[in-house]
Amino acid sequence: MKGLSVSKAVTALMLAGLVLLPLYSSLSGNIFILTLFTRIVILALAAASLNLIMGYGGMMSFGHAAYLGIGGYAVGILAQEGIGSGFVQFPVALAASALFALVIGALSLRTRGVYFIMITLAFAQMAYYVASGLARYGGDDGLTVYKRSDFSGLIDLSDRVQFYYLCLACLLGVIFLIWRIVNSRFGLVVQGLRSNEQRMQAIGFPAKRYQLVCFVISGTMCGLAGALLANNTDFVSPAVMYWTRSGDLMVMVILGGMGTLFGPVMGAVVYLLLEEFLSQITEYWALIMGPLLLLIVLFGRGGIMGVLGRVGRG
Amino acid sequence: MAEPLLRVEKLVRRFGGITATDNVSLDVAAGELHAIIGPNGAGKTTLISQLTGHLAPHAGTVSLGGRDITYLPAYRRCALGLARSFQITSLLLDFTAADNVALAAQAHAGTSFRFFANARKEKGLRDAAHAALDRVGLSHRADVVVSRLSHGERRELELAVALASRPKLLLLDEPMAGLGVTESQRMVKLLQELRKEVSIVLVEHDMPAVFALADRISVLVYGRVIASGDPAAIRQNEDVKRAYLGDQHVVTRHG
Repeated sequence: MKGLSVSKAVTALMLAGLVLLPLYSSLSGNIFILTLFTRIVILALAAASLNLIMGYGGMMSFGHAAYLGIGGYAVGILAQEGIGSGFVQFPVALAASALFALVIGALSLRTRGVYFIMITLAFAQMAYYVASGLARYGGDDGLTVYKRSDFSGLIDLSDRVQFYYLCLACLLGVIFLIWRIVNSRFGLVVQGLRSNEQRMQAIGFPAKRYQLVCFVISGTMCGLAGALLANNTDFVSPAVMYWTRSGDLMVMVILGGMGTLFGPVMGAVVYLLLEEFLSQITEYWALIMGPLLLLIVLFGRGGIMGVLGRVGRG
Repeated sequence: MAEPLLRVEKLVRRFGGITATDNVSLDVAAGELHAIIGPNGAGKTTLISQLTGHLAPHAGTVSLGGRDITYLPAYRRCALGLARSFQITSLLLDFTAADNVALAAQAHAGTSFRFFANARKEKGLRDAAHAALDRVGLSHRADVVVSRLSHGERRELELAVALASRPKLLLLDEPMAGLGVTESQRMVKLLQELRKEVSIVLVEHDMPAVFALADRISVLVYGRVIASGDPAAIRQNEDVKRAYLGDQHVVTRHG
């Protein structure tokens, strides 16, 4: 299987790049690139969590950005109320995301296909408008996080390099968990349901409870990305929950390769670098990005990972 | 007579003005191979769907081993020992043959809310899968992805999946559908072996196969059972002859 080795080689190269990036940043004195990549790593984490339900579970959630906001607001609101400890903020962020996923999952999973896409979108938009209405926490304008989560000396989030490595560790940890999950009993059931729900019911699996648990795991992981993102920007606003952000996450997953372990990371890196690069050239960067994505979706089935696999074989 | 394994009593299912299942009653004894035959549109698939739980009846009851299962969802019936094959092959196309069967075994071997250990390395599940594949003669194709299997192999895989759940009763919806002559012969041979181990309800169009295999045959026409008995009795039955000669009006008046 030479195909596998090509995509593996590219993945290894990318990971090595991500690990060594702070070194390059400090040697070259380019601080900006570290800031940019911290954001990329966080959004890659969000995309990886979406991939768990979308790529492996076949659940096309169009409201995944909601968890970015929920995780972010958990940090922001607690900080505003004087609770600065990360040991409180992060668990609250994860728990709030899990709870939200449980409620909207239980309702959304009654539907399938397009209806599922629309209902997850609707719930995320509701979260967006609720956040806009939080007058005490900035409403539309958002909420500034004056102090990053405090982990009592264990790790300093205000230190760029330490924070970057925290984000990278979270990303790799989540990917490790996803890897274990998709090969576990639970993971095989979820993937079986994506493949043929009727067959899975006939051999004795109740579909909904497995899909719901998967939905909650995914939402919780994305809540972690939200808590990190609020720390990264020192700010959280309803905009992180807007539906276009959910769309961005979907594009990253599809671009990188749905249902592959590192596809979403690849997708996030390529998508955000393209966005950064093109927006420096022209303010109409979306005009170039759009057709580019269209080409990849039309001709690059399986995303970047799929193309790499075929290159290896061809 | 002992309690039958499967008892269907006065089952009714309507679609608009059409009564697709019209007061159907039938018993399947443990160890029996009970065939259900009938012309196209007789309501065989509708009946099977109500037995498997994919369709709810409007009246009547279905019980398995004395337990009323009329309104249980499909997955619960499966846990009680009812397994099925589909008329149109329904498998996990992007999984290997072994994975398909192992998942069926997994459904009946403790909880599937295990998130960490690699399920493909669970010896118990893999052994059960290979045993079932071996049973239908597919063990040499265990690691092939289903989408690359031939139609005949997929029909056999359907059986292996059903067997892996160690059912008390197997509902086979046209297992010979679309098979060539040699493949059909193999399937008949296989069913002859399987019937020694498990009770079977067989819905099938292939008459030579049905008469070779069945202990009892029920004939369904316009949603009703017009005759039920051993193959010899069915062969002699006037109503059945008329139904298969196409003169169905006579039959319905009698039924």
